Amino acid sequence: MATTHYIGQPTSRVDGRAKVTGQAKYAAEFNAPGLLHGVVVSSAIAKGKITHLDANEALQLEGVLQVFSHQNRPDLAWLDLSYKDMTAPGGSPFRPFYDEKILFNQQPVALVVAETFELARYAATLVRVQYESEEPTTSLEANLDDLYTPVSFKLGYQKPKSRGDFKAAFDQATTRIESEYYHGAEHHNPMEMHASTVFYEENGSLTIYDKTQGVLNSQHYVSMVFGLSKKNVRVLSPFVGGAFGSGLRPQYQLFMAVLAALELKRSVKVVLTRQQMFSFGHRPVTMQQVAIGATFDGKLEAIRHAAYSETSTFEDYVENIVNWSGMMYSCPNVEQEYKLVQLDMYTPLDMRSPGAATGVHALECAMDELAYKLNIDPLELRLRNYAEEEPSEEKPFSSKALRECYQQGAERFGWANRNPEPRSTKDGTALIGWGMATGMWDAMQMPTRATATLTSDGKLTVGSATADIGTGTYTIMTQIAAEMLGLPLENVTAQLGDSSLPLAFVEGGSATAASVGTAVTYVCEKIQKKLLKLAQAANNSPFAKAKLKDVTFSEGYLRLRSDATVAVSLTELMQQNSINTLEEKATALPKLLKQSKYARNTHSAVFVEVRVDEALGSILVTRVVSAIAAGRILNPKTARSQILGGVVWGISMALEEDTFMDHTYGRFMNHNLAEYHVAVNADIRDIDVIFVEEQDTIASPIGVKGVGEIGLVGVSAAVANAIFHATGKRVRDLPITLDKLL
Amino acid sequence: MYRSAENEIVEEVENQVHPPTSITLKINGTETRLHVAPWTSLLDALREYLDLTGTKKGCDHGQCGACTVLVNGKRINSCLTLAVMKEGTDITTIEGLAQGEALHPLQKAFIEHDAFQCGYCTPGQICSAVGLMNEGKAKTRDDVRELMSGNICRCGAYTNIVDAIEEVMHTQPAPCHE
Repeated sequence: MATTHYIGQPTSRVDGRAKVTGQAKYAAEFNAPGLLHGVVVSSAIAKGKITHLDANEALQLEGVLQVFSHQNRPDLAWLDLSYKDMTAPGGSPFRPFYDEKILFNQQPVALVVAETFELARYAATLVRVQYESEEPTTSLEANLDDLYTPVSFKLGYQKPKSRGDFKAAFDQATTRIESEYYHGAEHHNPMEMHASTVFYEENGSLTIYDKTQGVLNSQHYVSMVFGLSKKNVRVLSPFVGGAFGSGLRPQYQLFMAVLAALELKRSVKVVLTRQQMFSFGHRPVTMQQVAIGATFDGKLEAIRHAAYSETSTFEDYVENIVNWSGMMYSCPNVEQEYKLVQLDMYTPLDMRSPGAATGVHALECAMDELAYKLNIDPLELRLRNYAEEEPSEEKPFSSKALRECYQQGAERFGWANRNPEPRSTKDGTALIGWGMATGMWDAMQMPTRATATLTSDGKLTVGSATADIGTGTYTIMTQIAAEMLGLPLENVTAQLGDSSLPLAFVEGGSATAASVGTAVTYVCEKIQKKLLKLAQAANNSPFAKAKLKDVTFSEGYLRLRSDATVAVSLTELMQQNSINTLEEKATALPKLLKQSKYARNTHSAVFVEVRVDEALGSILVTRVVSAIAAGRILNPKTARSQILGGVVWGISMALEEDTFMDHTYGRFMNHNLAEYHVAVNADIRDIDVIFVEEQDTIASPIGVKGVGEIGLVGVSAAVANAIFHATGKRVRDLPITLDKLL
Repeated sequence: MYRSAENEIVEEVENQVHPPTSITLKINGTETRLHVAPWTSLLDALREYLDLTGTKKGCDHGQCGACTVLVNGKRINSCLTLAVMKEGTDITTIEGLAQGEALHPLQKAFIEHDAFQCGYCTPGQICSAVGLMNEGKAKTRDDVRELMSGNICRCGAYTNIVDAIEEVMHTQPAPCHE
């Protein structure tokens, strides 16, 4: 047997074969005879009420079973609390088909259920809806008079925290900058559209395939809203075609598919259209003001960061935008403000690196502006203000190898050769620019449970109700379990995306590897202990006095650490003792007391080269170096992919993504993938990823800090700063499209 | 007058809601008979009627490339063609690329280079790459980037996708032209 050392190895995805052969099944891909198809009818107005909804024409078609709407919705849960999922912000969650009121454009107003998809789609065009329309309010910029301070509780939300006396320090500072930044709405747009397939079982229980980042969250929502016992609702999500936050909350297709299945006592599938993917949640439009005061030699004295953002009329969506300005640099006086405006739109929704993608962009662009004003190299300015401890909480970092990120990233990029003068480098008709930025994100560990079952043929199964949204959870669970028990990868099966598995939190916030990885480690330790006990039970056992730390598990054997030739095969051990299966459960709780004494974060330094056509203003990011400090990297292949994806998102955010609102109709106009631009292959050139070593058993016992978001944070700022270096033009509105450079 | 004309159309359509059309499609070398509406797209025929769900729906409007399949060796968006139009053609989907247990070289290279994350755009990317190699136009890395830009990967695996395709392109010099 080959070596069974897997943690830290660039193992190829264990679900790779299923994904490249088309065998991996996503939520809309579970077919069965008699499965009904539901198509959603969306509201044509943003505000007002339905005065008339006539489904007769649709219902007359043979094969159309029912048209659901507020007119025939059965009685459902009454309390707001029943509709609150685990990640809901404060307020009253949207209830589909609740009444005739229209709260946002593209609000689902009817569900047509028919024998075939084609029929349901056609019948949906025959549902006649008349509205009494009111003028919608959808512009953040036009409604800044209505700003208010949110009191919302949302998991992970931190209120802004000021310190010192900003105004006095700013007034006294020798160098000052003040800038305003803006970015438009962005939509997640995972490639797989949101879908739910609900199988109505003979006993009335439901088996649901849902596109979600948390099967337990969907199960909780369905059981609460429809008054079902959790044991009669099983939610599965073995493969998720991307989510980036869109699957954190149960979306309305789940509600609709369940409603139809229960009412018709049939199995139903509901898939949203790409247009409808723009109807629930987005990264909110945000206006930001950043003011920085510094000494002549670049020491930060005062930072003010204010963010004004949007939410719906029914929930207070909040994210940590301004907080980063108090955490990233050493600075005695910081003032922060965060306010919202309620608009006639759906509640915004966490989208990859929520808050940080927005707030760190503004701060890091402002730092570049300050560097130019001070005539100090942008990297040098950051080093002069390096935060050795986390300044807003005044706590040490559990680990922070940001200095090494700066050094290694700059060296790989060749930053030292940079001529700071804007417009100083040309190549034919192209202006070349170099920019950099810092990134920061949280390192989190959530309470998680896992199971493990070892059978006497040497096969191990580990499970937890977590998700793999492309992040590689299946693979790291397999690697950890295989290494812990010294088994070949192919002998280990990881299970996830099933509400019948033990507790895991929604996959989000870059917390999954640390949380699930720790639970899998703990449960495998328990199996190790059981195996050692079995070995000790034999007559004259050489393991008699051994403790767990005195033995190893490798190549299928339990061995003495001091003498590897003293070994017993796991399969023999179990067979000799007539044991067919060993089963264990473990709970991994974060050590809150220990963790609370430290700030736990990931850090990054990103360096970007852009090429801007002087005449046309077209921009291409030609080179990126992203140096990441994120603790222990379980799998450099899949972790690198997370960072590559984050960088691509950062480039896409900087240069392309923008959902345009027509404020007359309160409607997103470019709600399709032809007009909502995301980065395509031709937009992306070389991306170099460096993982800087960090040892950190405080952030999580297995040393993992998470890589899902950090790759994105700061990238858009580095691109904007590089564009300034190339062109001498400071563009403070995202995306930076060529018209803004001409 | 207008009203009755509309009713006529409705009636006409009503008569057609039960698929009158029986077609035979040759998919991955196997001929299959199926009953579909004339307006059933090839994509929906594959996914909803033949249980070949490897081909993905990402937009249904020819904007994302997730539904890419090969028709007579050429890559097309299966959401933009009707199933009835493809009788008498050779259709290859992601399910038809491997020879039994042996993966197609591109499938192997995609795994090796981690050229996907969520996997949803992957069947379309791989079919598109097979079509690209059949076309024989791509010579450089930049050509591959340009000619693979009809397939969106929201996870952002582009650099790895290009690495995987380049590797196979350079080890498989003879594209099979139809």
